[in-house]
Amino acid sequence: MKLLAALAATVAFSGAAQAADPPGSIYHLDAALTNQAGRPIGLDVYRGHPVVVTMFYASCPAACPLLIDTIRAVERSLDPKTASGLRVLMVSVDPERDTPTALIELAKARRIDLSRWTLATADEATVRKVAALLSIQYRRLPSGEFNHSSVVTVLSRDGEIVRQSSLIGRVDPEIVTALK
Amino acid sequence: MKPHAAAKFARAALAGALLAAALPALAMDIPAGRFRSVLPPAQGVKEVTVAAFQLDRTPVTNAEFARFLRERPEWRRDRVARVFADQGYLKHWRTHEAPGAALSRQPVVQVSWFAASAYCESRGARLPTWYEWEYAAAASETRRDGRDDPAWKQRILAWYSRPASASLPEVGGTPANAYGIQDLHGVVWEWIEDLGAMMISGDNREQGDPDIMKFCGAGALTMEEKDNYATLMRVAMLSSMQASYTAATMGFRCATDGARPPAGSRK
Repeated sequence: MKLLAALAATVAFSGAAQAADPPGSIYHLDAALTNQAGRPIGLDVYRGHPVVVTMFYASCPAACPLLIDTIRAVERSLDPKTASGLRVLMVSVDPERDTPTALIELAKARRIDLSRWTLATADEATVRKVAALLSIQYRRLPSGEFNHSSVVTVLSRDGEIVRQSSLIGRVDPEIVTALK
Repeated sequence: MKPHAAAKFARAALAGALLAAALPALAMDIPAGRFRSVLPPAQGVKEVTVAAFQLDRTPVTNAEFARFLRERPEWRRDRVARVFADQGYLKHWRTHEAPGAALSRQPVVQVSWFAASAYCESRGARLPTWYEWEYAAAASETRRDGRDDPAWKQRILAWYSRPASASLPEVGGTPANAYGIQDLHGVVWEWIEDLGAMMISGDNREQGDPDIMKFCGAGALTMEEKDNYATLMRVAMLSSMQASYTAATMGFRCATDGARPPAGSRK
């Protein structure tokens, strides 16, 4: 009981790493993100759920729309119960242009289910750290566009990296297996 | 210690602290400018513009890093989350808190990018970007861009042939460059802020290029100035590092935006 009470007390502090997190959990990063509604969230916004996390930028012409399609295809290939437990976090690499307004517009345009998906933005230093944790490379080009590696990461319920895939445009069976 | 001796000691310590505050700045102003980087930002863009910034005169030492750990014990090697630093993190230190006196003025190494970033942030600073580092490191002792001076380039290259087993020199032992910065060459490799931006790939905007799925967006990053071996070795080294990695020759220094306010306005 004591343990449960302690756990409940810890859970009350969302957004910060918890003592129970495994050493490899990316939830150790106390990252101040802002979601598409303009509300502050942590990297652990979906703690307790299996999460697919990726990085993108809203004005990206080619691979980023495909990233969204790919994650949707992964969802469709899961059984309904697993799919409904899955959460998706997409963190922008473009804090300058991807304001909450821009993110919500993208969510509307792509009919993103915001009850299970979050589009998030953060300051540049935080973006660098999140990208570093996910081994995602990106750079801003003189044109204002970005070059970034498209990596889909599956996180365990407590934020450990279970599987990563650079396969975009179709479902990577290993990602599906990791989520089952 | 007798009471008057203690008071004398306290006065001396206070005087020491005041003296330290009055010492010349530990960070130097680097004026804005343009230069040719070994990593042009895009095809057809030859020059990079760097805004004014300040850069530490020397790499961060073990003693300085130990002070940081007293304020931020979560970064001690016995407490750090493995996701932020690999097994080698500060493994050469005598204890969890202290490097041992012999190492105090050596640059801190065996630190991860995450730990280096946290140190700089604790000072209200950040790691320098690659372009900032490269721009500052292009300066010879006499010129802001000494890269066409064969003698200077040769001196720099000599360091890279030093055996890796040799112990690290103390900071501040190499001649100051034209900005007053020391040890950019000849001491350690240094972490940079935009580590994840050192991706080298072909142009992936072309139709049918398999890389288009790997990299979203446009732009190629090719290496230029190919006779600049010392800098290219840095690029190769940095692009092989993950942010949680540590290495026996990888240290860091911090930077801040903009130029320092005029002396009169300083606290």
